[in-house]
Amino acid sequence: MSETGWITVESVLKPGRYFLQGDEACAEGAIAAGCNYYGGYPITPSSEVMERICNRFAELGGGRVFIQMEDEIASIASCIGASWAGAKAMTATSGPGLSLMLENLGYAIMTETPVVVVDVQRAGPSTGQATRPAQGDVMQARWGASGDYQIIALSPWSVEEVYSQTIRAFNLAERFRLPVILLTEEAVGHLRENVDVPAETRIYNRLRPKDREPPFGQAEVPPMPAFGQGHKLLVTGSTHDEWGYRRTSSAQAQEKLADRLSTKVTNHLDEIIEVEERFCDEDELDILVIAFGFTARSAWRAVKVARQEGTRAGFLRLKTIWPFPEEAVRQLALRSRAVLVPEMNRGQVLREVQRVAPQAQGYNKTDGEVIVPQEIWQAMRHYCTTLRYRRHRQEVM
Amino acid sequence: MIVRANTQIQGLTESILSYIRPEVFPTPFCSGCGHGILLGAILRAIADLGWDMDEMLFVSGIGCAAWIPSPHFAADTLHVTHGRAIAFATGAKLFNPALKVVVIGGDGDLASIGGNHLIHAARRNLDLTAICANNYIYGMTGGQVTPTTPLGIRTATTPQGNTEPPFDLCRLVAGAGATYVARYSVYHIRPLIRSIKKALTHEGFAFVEVLSPCPTQYGRRNKLPQPGEMLWLMKEECVSLQRAESMGEEELEGKMLIGEFVS
Repeated sequence: MSETGWITVESVLKPGRYFLQGDEACAEGAIAAGCNYYGGYPITPSSEVMERICNRFAELGGGRVFIQMEDEIASIASCIGASWAGAKAMTATSGPGLSLMLENLGYAIMTETPVVVVDVQRAGPSTGQATRPAQGDVMQARWGASGDYQIIALSPWSVEEVYSQTIRAFNLAERFRLPVILLTEEAVGHLRENVDVPAETRIYNRLRPKDREPPFGQAEVPPMPAFGQGHKLLVTGSTHDEWGYRRTSSAQAQEKLADRLSTKVTNHLDEIIEVEERFCDEDELDILVIAFGFTARSAWRAVKVARQEGTRAGFLRLKTIWPFPEEAVRQLALRSRAVLVPEMNRGQVLREVQRVAPQAQGYNKTDGEVIVPQEIWQAMRHYCTTLRYRRHRQEVM
Repeated sequence: MIVRANTQIQGLTESILSYIRPEVFPTPFCSGCGHGILLGAILRAIADLGWDMDEMLFVSGIGCAAWIPSPHFAADTLHVTHGRAIAFATGAKLFNPALKVVVIGGDGDLASIGGNHLIHAARRNLDLTAICANNYIYGMTGGQVTPTTPLGIRTATTPQGNTEPPFDLCRLVAGAGATYVARYSVYHIRPLIRSIKKALTHEGFAFVEVLSPCPTQYGRRNKLPQPGEMLWLMKEECVSLQRAESMGEEELEGKMLIGEFVS
């Protein structure tokens, strides 16, 4: 990594159209972003990410390192170790594996280590249904590690977006020095679609200290040195000062660090949060459907059908789930009579939406099957009818 | 001037003063703890080899022994989660093979919670040096039993005496495929330093188990509150592999074998 900051590089894949599986696109996106270390452990439905990376690293060479570790704990640990040695590191897993990674995910947050963790979600809890999709790890991704922190989680809805969002995950990890979680589902991970690979890729390489700069402070996102360059680094998961010395009984050091770990994210929401709005230009919407990941595909179809039927339906897709796109939701919800949040869980994003849009209702499914457009369309219709009936009664009374 | 440092840090010789961060001394170790001796032994081994600390990376987990390198060593140190030091070290070493990577941890850290990583690193024969400071106890958390606590020993969680047989760490790691395996105690300081030097220069996974007394948590509960007594007992209990060859099974009962198991 010679050049730091934002740079444009030639894509590793030859530009053109590729027919890829979601997991494969994830591997290719990682390589395009400059991923040169992968430590993983097999788990359905994410193993194809690891297999693709393994083969591609072997083809490409150039100091790229792949290792299958003994478990998920070791996988993310090795990624963090490699990241401090200068690597752009990634691991991929599914919900149960993410559970095992959480302690070290917290370590990456505390030590401000860029690393990308892919969670191809499957039905849970526990082993659940290995080959069935779910969106049940939204809160695990947000709050799974101990303590208070901010984290970034992205949610792609197509194979092409798995490719581009994996690149984005690396860029955000490097830019803000933290772990970024790519939350996909089995349904996207195992989907095959076209991916158009552009000729060039915008990537961000972590900033390096120019001389002796503190690796854990002063700057909001401090430049990150690497091992083996004479910095005599003190890296610790314990509370530390800006040079890395443990300060395990200083209230001031704890508060200062905890504050910066959060505000370095919350001060840059515009840069981090991406949403997609469709049919949201009207002054008033009968119903706004908020969805993410694979479910957003069904939601989009349902919204289009509803509009053909004359319902003023809007569509908001959350490409970033954490930090939560509160402002975008709030603005649209203010203009919407009804807000529907379909998701393959029991309401994890719904309750985030309800913080800013109390009228929101969920359509939830946890049977290991994807939500199909018709279900969402029916839920929308039922919701709108109930609202009309209530309004009618209020007017009559 | 070195004179100032010498008067402040007793027992450190000039050769290793440049290898430490003087501002963090004295160490946090209890009186009579063997870890300070081990700290010196590791640095003396590095000094004897004439290695540049800027080419080295010390990785440690959680526990008293993890504080040997972090923050005392003037080198890159990675102080990680409990038990995972070897896994972190694996990533750093694989990505930058020029780094000389040393893992330092206690028996609880490396052999209990981190046991899986220990045997897999040995199996891979990865070019790492792992030094296990074995004091038979969880010192930092208040003296609980570990997988190396001998039978019958009282700990905070075995008030009637330990009933679980301990691991023989050297045989475990040798069985898993490590290509340099040795055990010494902090009493056997010269062979210990020689062994650490061999481990550092060894290509492949090198494991050195270092018996280290813990008078505070282990000694107090087992009628050995005096550090001197514990060190003396360590000398009595240790039998070299060569000497053991001519000893009978009964004679070896309760003894710890020291020396190079694999080299």
